[in-house]
Amino acid sequence: MLTIEELQVEVGGRTILNNLNMEIPQGETHILFGPNGSGKTSLMMTIMGFSGYHVTHGKITFKGEDITHMPIHERARLGIGVSVQRPPTIQGLKTRNLVQVCGKLSGRAVDIEQLAEEVNFAAFLDRDVNHKFSGGEIKRSELLQLMAQDPDLILLDEPESGVDLENMALIGETINTLLRRGVKCAKGKSHQERIAPQTKSALIITHTGHILDYITADRGQVLFNGHLCCSRNAREILKWIGEFGYEECVRCAMDVQL
Amino acid sequence: MRNGRSTVDNDAPDGIDWPEYETEAENHGYVTQLTDITGDDARKFLDVGIDTSEKDRSGTFIQKDRSVIHCHARQDGVEVMSITQARQTHDWLADYLWRSIDPAQDTFTSRAKEIPHEGYFIRSAAGRHVTEPVQACLYIAKEKFSQNVHNVVIAEPDSRLQVITGCATSPHLVSGLHVGVSEFYVKKGAQLHFTMIHDWGERVNVRPRTVVHVEEGGVFVSNYISLKPVGSLQMNPITYLDGEGAVARFNSVLVAAKGCHLDVGSRVVLNAPGTRAEIISRAIAAGGTIVARGELVGKVAGVKAHLECKGLVLKEGLMHAIPELRGYVPGVEMSHEAAVGKIDQGEIEYLMARGVDEDEAVSMIVRGFLNVDIEGLPAGLRQKIDRIIHETQKDMM
Repeated sequence: MLTIEELQVEVGGRTILNNLNMEIPQGETHILFGPNGSGKTSLMMTIMGFSGYHVTHGKITFKGEDITHMPIHERARLGIGVSVQRPPTIQGLKTRNLVQVCGKLSGRAVDIEQLAEEVNFAAFLDRDVNHKFSGGEIKRSELLQLMAQDPDLILLDEPESGVDLENMALIGETINTLLRRGVKCAKGKSHQERIAPQTKSALIITHTGHILDYITADRGQVLFNGHLCCSRNAREILKWIGEFGYEECVRCAMDVQL
Repeated sequence: MRNGRSTVDNDAPDGIDWPEYETEAENHGYVTQLTDITGDDARKFLDVGIDTSEKDRSGTFIQKDRSVIHCHARQDGVEVMSITQARQTHDWLADYLWRSIDPAQDTFTSRAKEIPHEGYFIRSAAGRHVTEPVQACLYIAKEKFSQNVHNVVIAEPDSRLQVITGCATSPHLVSGLHVGVSEFYVKKGAQLHFTMIHDWGERVNVRPRTVVHVEEGGVFVSNYISLKPVGSLQMNPITYLDGEGAVARFNSVLVAAKGCHLDVGSRVVLNAPGTRAEIISRAIAAGGTIVARGELVGKVAGVKAHLECKGLVLKEGLMHAIPELRGYVPGVEMSHEAAVGKIDQGEIEYLMARGVDEDEAVSMIVRGFLNVDIEGLPAGLRQKIDRIIHETQKDMM
């Protein structure tokens, strides 16, 4: 689904990502770990194509197409969806209208009221996009837009940040629905039927790992100093980081480099 | 007197060439059936909120050049008349005329006094809630005509009244001058919602002169929309909140294309305890000049007021925000927020990440920017304004 080869990225003249290689196969959910400033968000912004992230070397391929220098909206239309940490407020633009646009561009008939109900966000539809939203409200707004958009690859930057425990389950369940990996949404179907349509992929940044209590990750990756230095089971990585901090990853990375 | 003159700005085209304008115009006959107005005129009326089918309206006043061509009320409890007719009907009206405005304050105002051409009188009776808006249209059809009107609106105690005023010129008209003297009286416990939509010609000069008095517990809401090109427009309506707990709210939406000069302000004087005021303006300079003024004057303790003035510069021009706060005693609470800038790249890209192309993203942001929540508009008019914003916006880019 997504292949990143030898990616080098500069932000403001400084190299943030260096020689990064990553593969997210169709249907897989990957977790991206890494200390603050390691380049996780930059990687996500680069995949989406936001300005300020200059690819100086390497290649990003999505669904077989080279998207390295593709405009943002074309990547979105090709099937990449993102939820950023601090989305801007857009004055006068109602959340409902934006969700409508997301749905329209995805080419499906979307019942906005019902979708909003699912993320407990119906009361916010007539509010300006992100205007005075709390952390949890921002997340639900972002997920609502993604549900209308229905992308094939979902990029989530810290879906649990600013979310209270009660809403955490809702956020987790919504992500599962987006990835067609929910247990709830597939009642009455056999396991075979349930796993068959799992064609959606995801890359999720997490600091605390709380999201792993709600969703199933196929793999974890550790980003350190602009390099991917570890790729294995997500829970295992989380345990290691919990126990030894990222120090261990540094050593590990050095071993790799040696 | 600040109401008339622009004090800060020297490049305003104040040099009106009086002899260029004519004060006489042919008499337009009275139209009994509004639906007889068709074609260009009717379409132009609709653009400024005047619906000749009178759907959802409680009365209509239409003045073309110097002639009142239609005027009647459709509901009990509301009067709609020409100012001449009103003076004949109500002896007491003389006390209200020129009570708030000094004709000598500037040349435009004195001209309106010397050479008057009608204007409207709208009044809601005490205690009556007029549920649908009265529509009033001031229209210039004759080239180079200088139209001087005098309007009076009175909301008697505990009444509710909505007025939509649409000002326009006929589609082929190039040059003209409109001077409108307006005196509004919102009595004790009354509410007046006043919406004004302008659609003048590219070389028409416009000078409204408005004063509003609000008594105890009264509410005055003003919405002003000017999206189409106009030669020059200068107005700075002044509102006195004279009674305890009186409230005033102003919303303005302005667009200045190339060659347009808009100098638009709102001034509110908070004279009584517990009075509140809010002034919100959104302005886009798309090649022209906008001077967006706002002035809050706190004269007594226990008043609260806020001023918000936001401007976007889309094409070279001038966006000049002048927010002013004046407090005379301890215990006034007034604030302002002014910003002039461009469209934020982060907002554009955020929308693009949802699949919207760059042009459409910009367009969504601009539409949102101009989308001030305008209170109390009939749904049809709301849609109309949205459509005009949509159309105007193509020219802004």
